[in-house]
Amino acid sequence: MNAVSPPVAAAVAQTASSAAAIVRKGWWRAQRFLLLRRASQVSILVLFLLGPLAGIWIVKGNLSSSMTLGVLPLTDPFILAQSLAAGHLPAVSALTGAAIIVLFYALVGGRVFCGWVCPVNAVTDTAGWLRRKLRLTGGRSPDSSLRYWLLGAVLLASLVTGRMVWESVNPVSLTHRAILFGGMAAWGGALTVFLFDLLIAPRGWCGHVCPMGAAYGLIGTKSLIRVSAQHQSRCNDCADCYAVCPEPQVIVAPLKGKDGSGPVILDAACTNCGRCIDVCGPDVFVFTHRFDNRKD
Amino acid sequence: MDFSRRTLLKSAAGAASACLLAGGATLVGPAAQARPAQALRPPGALREEAFLAACVRCGLCVRDCPPQNLKLAAWGDGLSRGVAIGSPYFEARSIPCEMCEHIPCVKACPTGALDPALRDITKARMGVAVLIDHENCLNYLGLRCDVCYRVCPVIDKAITLEKVSNPRSDRHAMLLPTVHAEACTGCGKCEKSCVLEEAAIKVVPAHIARGAPGAHYRMGWEQKNQADRPRFEKPVQNLPQHPAPGEIAPLRGGQNPYPDANKEKAR
Repeated sequence: MNAVSPPVAAAVAQTASSAAAIVRKGWWRAQRFLLLRRASQVSILVLFLLGPLAGIWIVKGNLSSSMTLGVLPLTDPFILAQSLAAGHLPAVSALTGAAIIVLFYALVGGRVFCGWVCPVNAVTDTAGWLRRKLRLTGGRSPDSSLRYWLLGAVLLASLVTGRMVWESVNPVSLTHRAILFGGMAAWGGALTVFLFDLLIAPRGWCGHVCPMGAAYGLIGTKSLIRVSAQHQSRCNDCADCYAVCPEPQVIVAPLKGKDGSGPVILDAACTNCGRCIDVCGPDVFVFTHRFDNRKD
Repeated sequence: MDFSRRTLLKSAAGAASACLLAGGATLVGPAAQARPAQALRPPGALREEAFLAACVRCGLCVRDCPPQNLKLAAWGDGLSRGVAIGSPYFEARSIPCEMCEHIPCVKACPTGALDPALRDITKARMGVAVLIDHENCLNYLGLRCDVCYRVCPVIDKAITLEKVSNPRSDRHAMLLPTVHAEACTGCGKCEKSCVLEEAAIKVVPAHIARGAPGAHYRMGWEQKNQADRPRFEKPVQNLPQHPAPGEIAPLRGGQNPYPDANKEKAR
């Protein structure tokens, strides 16, 4: 197979595992959310890159904190929380920026950041795809509660040391900064995550370790926009959705109505990536709001 | 809540790994005192410990710096190895701070890591210039270089030229560049423009540059230290009218150093 760039590789991966869905639903409907997500990730990166590369300053800064068109400040709430824990009361601009981000993701789903914005997503998706391609089945992921422990431990360590502890190693901010401001060595962060996901822990980083993702998950606990297994009677138990979902544990109960669960996937770990909607041949899943408990 | 042995063990493993990871991340980040002396923070930067807690490393100050002298530290390249990764710094010898009147870098900072209270750039304290190697300074060698003095944006306040006699010729002056730390912004123009191959004057962080006398030291000659202290009239000194013979030698050129004394003699 020819060498392909990571986003394309991930797209190809999707195509491979959703071949059945493509046959049944057509090229676009069987991978529209994957393509839309890639488009979202790429266009956000392009917006940031237009300044340094072309001198068109629409967005300045990086994902840690940015300024759009000189009026819209946006700040990452997890990074700002580290700063607060370390003993600094940020200025109004950063607080406003974090409030806007929190409100936005509280509405659309916290981990939408992970699936639609985060530059590391392409890295871990590629590792996941390569795992499937190379049929690597070994390795174990740490317990998914680790990320919440880590979130707490990072904030505690920041409180004790008075520094933003995670920002020395955070692969998300390291990678994004390396893309925008240069600095080859920072790619080590992305490479470590890639190898970790490929060789040690399947879907390990985003789903089990990343405290930033955990923070966004907490923000979106009560988010409005959710995926629902609305047409669950159509499910033919092909398990394509489990195979493709980065957080497969969130699907089971809503799909099967276990433990009196409604059809809406309410777990905070769901990234609203929509991959299950794409790959599902019989179209069980839909995007809807959290109060939409219709099912058939 | 599920308190089975299995979940408890899993949580304990999670907590333990989390502590290890967070501990490791703490060790990776350089301590405040690890910052190399020549990596200077932008104007208005809080003191290093507070700065490391406040700066989210977004690079907005870098983007709004007109001379583009600010950099975000990245692993591996030179000086920035000891600077907390992603945090902004500049090297005076490559590009100094232009001391923009409107201080765009401080305005761009969203968190206050660059203190918005800084409105007057001459109040910035990025470091202190130190004539660190007077043995190679051209002015100390008796030449008239003066470049550091001429380029200083706070000329005659932050750097003055102090006139002293040149002991090697006995008749020439040396104009020694002298930094007055209370007026120096640490912009680094002097270091940048020093004509030597390696600058003799360098900007370093204030905690390295400055000494501090004990709090009990009183400069008794300063007005503010003279309150409530006994004062004495100056004692009357009765000096001899005529200089003792041979006390004042004539200059090498033969002139009398004290023309007045000369007149006295003539009388």
